[in-house]
Amino acid sequence: MNLTTSIIGIAAYLILAPIAGGLLAGIDRKISARMQGRFGPPILQPFYDFFKLLEKEPITVNRVQDFYVMCFFIFIVITGCLFFAGGDLLLIIFSLTLASIFLVIAAFSSNSPYAQIGAERELLQMMAYEPMVLITAVGFYILNGSFNISDIVSSQVMGIQYLPGIFIGFVYILTIKLRKSPFDLSMSHHGHQELVKGLTTEFSGKTMAVIEIAHWYENIFLLGFVYLFFANSLAWSPVLAVVVCLATYFLEILIDNSYARMKWQFAINASWIVAITFGFVNLLVLYFIS
Amino acid sequence: MSYVTKSPWIIHYDGSSCNGCDIEVLACLTPMYDVERFGIINTGNPKHADIFLVTGSVNEQNITVVKLIYEQMPEPKVVVAIGICATSGGIFKECYNIMGGIDTVIPVDVYVPGCAARPEAIIDGVVKGLGVLAEKRAAMDQKPAVAAEVKEKEEA
Ligand code: SF4
Repeated sequence: MNLTTSIIGIAAYLILAPIAGGLLAGIDRKISARMQGRFGPPILQPFYDFFKLLEKEPITVNRVQDFYVMCFFIFIVITGCLFFAGGDLLLIIFSLTLASIFLVIAAFSSNSPYAQIGAERELLQMMAYEPMVLITAVGFYILNGSFNISDIVSSQVMGIQYLPGIFIGFVYILTIKLRKSPFDLSMSHHGHQELVKGLTTEFSGKTMAVIEIAHWYENIFLLGFVYLFFANSLAWSPVLAVVVCLATYFLEILIDNSYARMKWQFAINASWIVAITFGFVNLLVLYFIS
Repeated sequence: MSYVTKSPWIIHYDGSSCNGCDIEVLACLTPMYDVERFGIINTGNPKHADIFLVTGSVNEQNITVVKLIYEQMPEPKVVVAIGICATSGGIFKECYNIMGGIDTVIPVDVYVPGCAARPEAIIDGVVKGLGVLAEKRAAMDQKPAVAAEVKEKEEA
């Protein structure tokens, strides 16, 4: 990928990701409502919520909190930009981790017990999904001999053919990353939960709006990961990849609506077991055939 | 147009209700009535809420709780008193520990009478509250100076 395509990638991500992310959230809520036998909110509801939050009176627990939330937002956007500019997969994974850490610090800084337990659970969740994310990166490296996204999407082979186990493992931890039940321990998009609103309990108004839009950016970027498994140099592969992305998101909604929330112990055990059985075994096989 | 009327988030608090009105409030969320059609979400968090639904009257022990929830909600905010207990004290009015309706502690914008208030009436009350919410939002734009003054006074 040369400079111009990188710049186009970044510009498209910056402008389109919040729109696509918001629409996705709206469709998500509509489909969830239909699955529960309800009519559901309008598709544009997440945007209404977002602008409503901007209109509210700003209340912050302390000044440093807003700073950390802004850092979270900026690093999420940077992560996505690196990804869509065809950057280095390892760098992307670690800048995503950094962004999540900023959100955790922001929650911790508020000194509220709900936010702190939420933040602690967020850290546990990161422990749960991090190994599988790294295995994914290693898998792509062994397959393509490069960590660069631009090399991965222009390679001759299609990732899924050699990395089916890693794909399953990644979709599994995607449930954690997208904050879907049964793994929405630290913060849930559903109305009521036992931690009030967990991680975001102490954020309101504009701060909350920033977190919302950061999540939209993040979700699109995460689906980009799914895209990677199907994209290669063939012309029709992007179409297939996008279809698979949407199908994966639908699967996540289905899982979200059919499982009750699990304990964090289960989240960690289950995702590590999946990482070892599907991810690691896939890596071993890959190692022997290549 | 103000977006606050399109996405009113609710916090529901049970004062000393007999639980009749609470059940009716929760019934509004079921597929039968589904208030999420209007973007209404039942959050458990005062800091995210726009509308404060209170059922039951205020008693000596929960005065501070009601006040705290009200104060933690960012402006613009609206209080809706659900049921005759929340409106005036209802059948518990004469009890030794009951203060009376919610308006003895915090300002109430909409009263929804009934024992128990029907879900239709509750939805009507919330929709009426939306009008008040929009007015309050407009007032915030008009007099930011006044709001700042009030805040200074509060802080002093
Ligand atoms: S108004 Fe009636 S149903 Fe509602 S809390 Fe009071 S006694 Fe119970």
